[in-house]
Amino acid sequence: MHFLKSTVGRKLVMAVSGTVLLVFVVVHLLGNTTIYSGPDGINAYARALRSLGPLLWAFRLILVAMFILHVFYGIQLTLENRAAKPEAYAVRKHIESTFSSITMIWTGLLIGAFIVYHLLHFTFQVTNPGISASRHPDALGRPDVFTMVLLSFRKFFVSLIYVGALGALGLHLLHSIEGSFQTVGLNSDRTFPVIRKGGRLAALLIYFGYISIPIVILAGILG
Amino acid sequence: MILDGRCPPGSLSEKWERHRHEMKLVSPVNKRKYRIIVVGTGLAGASAAATLGELGYTVEAICYQDSARRAHSIAAQGGINAAKNYPNDGDSVFRLFHDTIKGGDFRSREANVYRLAEVSGCIIDQCVAQGVPFARDYAGYLVNRSFGGAQVSRTFYARGQTGQQLLLGAYSALSRQVKEGTVTLRPRTEMLDLVVVDGEAKGITVRDLVTGEIRSVGGDAVCLCTGGYMNVFYLSTNSMGGNVTAAYRAYKKGAFLRTRAYTQIHPTCIPVTGEHQSKLTLMSESLRNDGRVWVPRIRGDRRLPREIPEEERDYYLERKYPSFGNLAPRDISSRAAKEVCDEGHGVGPGGRGVYLDFADAIARLGEGTIRERYGNLFEMYERITAENAYERPMRIYPAPHYAMGGLWVDYNLQSTIPGLFVLGEANFSDHGANRLGASALMQGLADGYFIIPYTIADYLARIKPGKVVRGHPEFLKSVEECKAFVGRLLSIKGKRTVNEFHRELGSVMWENVGMIRSRESLAGALKQISELRAEFWKNVRVPGGEEELNQELEKAGRVADFIEFAELMIRDALHRNESCGGHFRVEYQTAEGEAKRDDENFCYVAAWEYKGPEAEPELHTEPLLFENVQLAVRSYK
Amino acid sequence: MNLTLFVWRQKGPGAQGGLEEYQAKDISPDMSFLEMLDVVNEDLIKDGKNPIAFDHDCREGICGMCSQVVNGVPHGPRERTTICQLHMRHFRDGDALYIEPWRARAFPVIKDLIVDRTSLDRIIQSGGYMSVHTGGVPDANAVLIPKHDADTAMDAAECIGCGACVAACPNGSAMLFAAAKVAHLAQLPQGRAEAAQRVCVMTEAMLKEGFGNCSNHYECQAVCPKGIKVKFIAKLNREFLKAELRSCGTPEAGTPSRD
Repeated sequence: MHFLKSTVGRKLVMAVSGTVLLVFVVVHLLGNTTIYSGPDGINAYARALRSLGPLLWAFRLILVAMFILHVFYGIQLTLENRAAKPEAYAVRKHIESTFSSITMIWTGLLIGAFIVYHLLHFTFQVTNPGISASRHPDALGRPDVFTMVLLSFRKFFVSLIYVGALGALGLHLLHSIEGSFQTVGLNSDRTFPVIRKGGRLAALLIYFGYISIPIVILAGILG
Repeated sequence: MILDGRCPPGSLSEKWERHRHEMKLVSPVNKRKYRIIVVGTGLAGASAAATLGELGYTVEAICYQDSARRAHSIAAQGGINAAKNYPNDGDSVFRLFHDTIKGGDFRSREANVYRLAEVSGCIIDQCVAQGVPFARDYAGYLVNRSFGGAQVSRTFYARGQTGQQLLLGAYSALSRQVKEGTVTLRPRTEMLDLVVVDGEAKGITVRDLVTGEIRSVGGDAVCLCTGGYMNVFYLSTNSMGGNVTAAYRAYKKGAFLRTRAYTQIHPTCIPVTGEHQSKLTLMSESLRNDGRVWVPRIRGDRRLPREIPEEERDYYLERKYPSFGNLAPRDISSRAAKEVCDEGHGVGPGGRGVYLDFADAIARLGEGTIRERYGNLFEMYERITAENAYERPMRIYPAPHYAMGGLWVDYNLQSTIPGLFVLGEANFSDHGANRLGASALMQGLADGYFIIPYTIADYLARIKPGKVVRGHPEFLKSVEECKAFVGRLLSIKGKRTVNEFHRELGSVMWENVGMIRSRESLAGALKQISELRAEFWKNVRVPGGEEELNQELEKAGRVADFIEFAELMIRDALHRNESCGGHFRVEYQTAEGEAKRDDENFCYVAAWEYKGPEAEPELHTEPLLFENVQLAVRSYK
Repeated sequence: MNLTLFVWRQKGPGAQGGLEEYQAKDISPDMSFLEMLDVVNEDLIKDGKNPIAFDHDCREGICGMCSQVVNGVPHGPRERTTICQLHMRHFRDGDALYIEPWRARAFPVIKDLIVDRTSLDRIIQSGGYMSVHTGGVPDANAVLIPKHDADTAMDAAECIGCGACVAACPNGSAMLFAAAKVAHLAQLPQGRAEAAQRVCVMTEAMLKEGFGNCSNHYECQAVCPKGIKVKFIAKLNREFLKAELRSCGTPEAGTPSRD
């Protein structure tokens, strides 16, 4: 299709799929914060999610589709971009580009790897079967997500993996929230400074929001 | 020989109309069979190539730059004139015609200038349609500014980059034709020779500047749009690559060169800082709309400009020319600047500079308005001099800028060689002995868009297309000659670099053939230059080889031509025993020191014919008849 | 002042190149960068060596021919300045300068610091113009253009086509170049008629020429000697989206009409 061959078209796919994934990341974060209201909060949230049934699967399918698009075009565009710049400068100075913007592919790949781990860890619960929620049923015999999370993050290395991987996500978002506004054409003299600051602020908020959980658990503040 | 400009008969306003009707046409089906070579892609070249391509001719456009968009028309800043009379301030085709004739000190052809004024309005329409973002007011209408030598506002502008925008407009039209397949572009290609077969121009010999290959390009007609020759002064406002080679080699092949002594020295350029200087940068003349020119009354006053009180400043242009003041024409302003500096009032390093002061304008209009009007120029000034012109006056000094002379052409823009057409600054043009500001862009585009498409057809319709092919002995001979020329340059392996010769040539020319000339200075320069020429061919060092990209070799060829050309220029200046426009001879001036024309003896176009390497060129004249304007002393007082 | 230069030397297209060291002696701070190189070249010629080849023409910052990367920055360290307008007063005595050509697949090196930028011309040739015939156009004031639109168009039209944006872009993308033209023409009422086709064919041409894709590094904006802003890339993206929504990716979107 013409659109998907075009340089801008594929960027739009990146921006739109990225934005959908971002929405998921935000919703996920909001869901996670229910942990602060104790076992009842997060367990209720988990049950609410499960009760969505087929709707949940629809969401999951959309997410997977977006994820695949994002990864596919991300890699394709990056390979094209590398090929367009075959020779490096002996001396290189970055003025406007940032660590986050030039490491997008790496942070992206890290996030991809992390998602696999994360799914294996919490969703399929194969990495640490000992923490499986179903092994720790609550008083009513229902799977206790709260305890599962708690047990996981009390392990230093698991927390480290999460904090590190979320760092990659934070870096990825630091560039991409702002960038997606530009890609869909919403940038102008007036909006640019707002989008730039807002995008970076949002990335930081998301990052700190996520890592707060392993940190407070590891520090023994929660639980 | 008395040359005939072949101006059509009839009243001034009917000439072009009637001529267009009387010229022959080429039928649409036949157009593509004609191959036209356009050399140079500035305003004249790009607009001509685009328009001819659009008409259906097969066009080959060559330029020495890496892209057609880089020709030096791009550096024109101030604007383009047109007799639109949008401001309703009394402008008309006739007034633009009259101002141009008068500004040119009555040394141009009436019919040509009138035609230029007539088509000037179409140029603006054309450029707007192409997307040239001319300055507009809040209601969306085009705005005008005034410019030197005119009392009406007729100059259209796009910030300080009018030339750039017009050239990009022409370049976009050209690009469109490249896509349509009618125009083939050959960048990084330099014309080395004109090929004349049976007295008609049938092609050129070029050097591919990347591979070094010298080869023939054949066609049915050749348009030279190769700009001016002011780099003969070494330091000028022209681009580094600007050269006279194409025009000069055409001259050697029989085209007549017209009054080359008419050289325009632009009054507002950034002064020279030292030996190392490679070129001069122009500050648009439009700055004189709001800037006031002055020097300290006390000789050698080294105080900071702000510390010099009002009564100790000499606003010499306002004093000498009260009605035009700071907007006096270029030749007059330049000479006035040189005079005050010669008297010891100059400012800045070496005392070669005058102030152009915006303090009054900033006080009157506010810094914001000045920034809006000239911001990019002030930035450019700051970049080069590290001085802030909002706070202290600019320092300016005249610099060689524009060549009014060039190849002689008739009303059809055809040179003395049939089939060789010359457009823009390269022809002897419509500017007489001095060009008014914002008129060069007008002429380049008029020639390319609206004149050549008609007049070239009149020639083509009379010949058979593709009559001469590239294998013709004349082509082979020309290629051999060019190869020999290049080989000779490379074989000298002397001690001095090409730049050293060029710099020396420039200093001789600037000192003796610059703003003010005398019989002695010219005769002295002639001698020095002939010695320089001899030394060049014995002692120049051109490194590298022939079949590669070799910038020194390119320069060497151009400088070799400049040196020969300089001699002709001086001969022309020596012969013209009068002062007019850009040609000022100290022997011929009024009691007040103004130029004194001699209409009785010199009211003609001088055209020179090449007679061989060591022979003196022969003078031919075309008398200038003024039927519609009164020959008068040009006064801007 | 005295400087040490490390200059990329390459004999011809496709040849192996490398950095070579030169000394620039007795350089005046009033010299432009290119005048400094002139001095070095004069010395090289006198020593019987080949001078450094570099592109330049107008030397007043408008033709867009000069093209050198100095210490990793196209056109050198000063903002909004072409290398020909960069003066030596911005360097210090004893500085070491690395001078390299524009680097991008679409800009193959021809010799030393000279690269082939005809790919930019071909982007324009693909449709970066208004299809207007000479003559037969309406009066210049017939279509009013609000000052703001004319000014914005001019901001974009200032592009000098030097290619610094491509040289600076980590992806070797010509997006800013293409965007400047798309935005310039799309901002004007005269340019609306072909706006949809134009953005499609120009972005297509960009890929075909081997330029990379934009990933919003904005390095281009930082080095642009004319201060062209990335908001014009946003404008290009917008124009593209509009064009796609209208034609839904039909092949006609990619071919301009032939009259």
